[in-house]
Amino acid sequence: MAESMSSIRKLGHAVVDRIWRLGFAARFLVAVLRYSGPSFRRLPLTLREIYFSGVLSLLIIMVSGLFVGLVLGLQGYETLQRYGSTEALGVLVALSLTRELGPVVAALLFASRAGSSVTAEIGLMKATEQLKAMDIMAVNPIARVVAPRFWGGVVSMPLLAALFSAMGVFGGWLIGVVFIGVDDGAFWSQMQSGVDFRYDVWNGVIKSFVFGIAVSLIAVFEGYDSVPTAEGVSRAITRTVVTSALAILALDFVLTSFMFRGTS
Amino acid sequence: MSEDILVDIEDLHFSYDGRPVLAGINMKIPRGRVVAIMGGSGCGKTTLLRCIGGQLRPTGGMVRLADQRVSEMSHAELYGLRRKMGMLFQFGALFTDMTVFDNVAFPLREHTDLSEEMIRDLVLMKLEAVGLRGARALMPGELSGGMARRVALARAVALDPMLVMYDEPFAGLDPIALGVIGQLIRKLNDALGATSIMVTHDVHESLMIVDYIYFVSQGRIVAEGTPDAIRGSTDPFVHQFVHAEVAGPVRFDYPAPTIVREFLGGRAHG
Amino acid sequence: MNRTVLDLWVGIFVAIGIAAFLFLALKVGNLSSGHLSETYTLQARFDNIGGLKVRGPVKSAGVRVGRIADIRFDPATYEAVVTMDIDGRYRFPRDTFAAIYTSGLLGEQFIGFDVGGDDRMLRAGDTVTKTQSAVVLEKLISQFLFNKAAEGQGTK
Repeated sequence: MAESMSSIRKLGHAVVDRIWRLGFAARFLVAVLRYSGPSFRRLPLTLREIYFSGVLSLLIIMVSGLFVGLVLGLQGYETLQRYGSTEALGVLVALSLTRELGPVVAALLFASRAGSSVTAEIGLMKATEQLKAMDIMAVNPIARVVAPRFWGGVVSMPLLAALFSAMGVFGGWLIGVVFIGVDDGAFWSQMQSGVDFRYDVWNGVIKSFVFGIAVSLIAVFEGYDSVPTAEGVSRAITRTVVTSALAILALDFVLTSFMFRGTS
Repeated sequence: MSEDILVDIEDLHFSYDGRPVLAGINMKIPRGRVVAIMGGSGCGKTTLLRCIGGQLRPTGGMVRLADQRVSEMSHAELYGLRRKMGMLFQFGALFTDMTVFDNVAFPLREHTDLSEEMIRDLVLMKLEAVGLRGARALMPGELSGGMARRVALARAVALDPMLVMYDEPFAGLDPIALGVIGQLIRKLNDALGATSIMVTHDVHESLMIVDYIYFVSQGRIVAEGTPDAIRGSTDPFVHQFVHAEVAGPVRFDYPAPTIVREFLGGRAHG
Repeated sequence: MNRTVLDLWVGIFVAIGIAAFLFLALKVGNLSSGHLSETYTLQARFDNIGGLKVRGPVKSAGVRVGRIADIRFDPATYEAVVTMDIDGRYRFPRDTFAAIYTSGLLGEQFIGFDVGGDDRMLRAGDTVTKTQSAVVLEKLISQFLFNKAAEGQGTK
């Protein structure tokens, strides 16, 4: 009895702690936005972060997009073939990517590669007192270090999601048309009539933008809030990846239920 | 006939999470002096330094810097005041993604509108003062501990501050580097006409370069004086500290039940 | 990393990102052939719309000329009221016949316009008067079974 009480108490404590951190993170977001001026006035700061978060993620995003497209093509063909509707392969691949897989998988990969890297950078700067040094030199570390990394992520994310989807469509085309032999014309024409810009592509872009904000905020927050030791930083990195994944999937559900309410 | 007091601390209190860290500190530091604050680990000396720099807000008492109340300043005002302060952190805290040159140039680039040529000249002069002009293109990761400390010192004095603060400047250095840093602290202070506050527990080195010493224990000042006065002090705490004695007011044992209780335990009842 | 090389890479990154987005918008989606031209609304009433969905196409002679914007139920006449956005380039005569077809055997349903010979054209907001409801598979099957049963009776 006493054991279950203490585990319930621990659970309650953990939940309260999480909620407290959520509020803290919200205030942090406000602070980041407030001190974002230098990120735009001194563009090289933000450009540098777009390079480290976006450009260096290009390889993993494009290769993964290609593979996802290849798999979609294979699996899609296998299933459609049973109903004699293989010309719908293009629509299948395109819709899966633009609506869901593109934004979600790209965001997950981005969180793992770029998000964890940003958390590590900020966390290490905190652990070696570099942030305090900046503060004592009357330079606001949030404006100088945190905000550019946040905006770098926000800008990079939609671009990476678009690239992921584009590579995926290419992968689907490669497998379906080039290797298996689905009709090239049918592949593209069905896709064009089946995919609506506003409904499918644009909604996907909105999703990736929202994911970008969430992942970037989590990454910079975990870094800034980390315990300033080596162990603290490594735990913060883990938290970034896990929290980002959960946030992406939860937000995906919320956004999807708003956007794709089912026609008629 | 009072000297010009730069740092005036009155009855300073600071608590963290309900635990008192500073319990009534009183100090008056005149301009142009090099002052050491000494004490064992965890006695509150780093906290004291942070209160002077405005990084922590005291829970009681007041800190005045050049007649301005640091403890009551807004964030923006603090930032204005901090441009006249320099701080050397324990292991340098150099920005690891920039070269030595860029590190020292940082405060100049952020706070002045000087041209790059002027900045270059200033940075090279500061590096020359610490003897590292030739290392300007190295990255912090390529420097030894002593060299990193010296670069951080150059960065701390880049804007010719009126107050320079040192957090354990001698920690972890070899004897030569110790001597070098000590000399640099004194020379730079006199050359700039600045005031220096050093938090340290290196007795030997400090006694050679400072003008005045404060001893802090458990959040209070337990002793103070000039180096000569300290060397000859009969105060038990000061004596234990200066002569590195094991036994004295600072205990060797961490609080624990008595040996009898520990080893004979329940069997003692009987 | 040299500042200018970094800028170059960022520029390349942003450029290919935008290119990917345009690819998705134009080649994958239907932005180029999309609703950027002006549309006007027409209405039609059906007894049964079957599986017709909002955003389904409106076709004439097999070519898409518009899109279904809204489907509502009229509680007064117990009919389905379908509102369509028709491409402004095309006008249809007053006696156009709007029927619900299925593309392929199991495909999505759409509205097809079969034109009559009237000189006067439908204007924005007009209602297509001649309509044919969707073929509901269950009714067809029960009809077939009924006919079969009646046939069987007859030859006894």
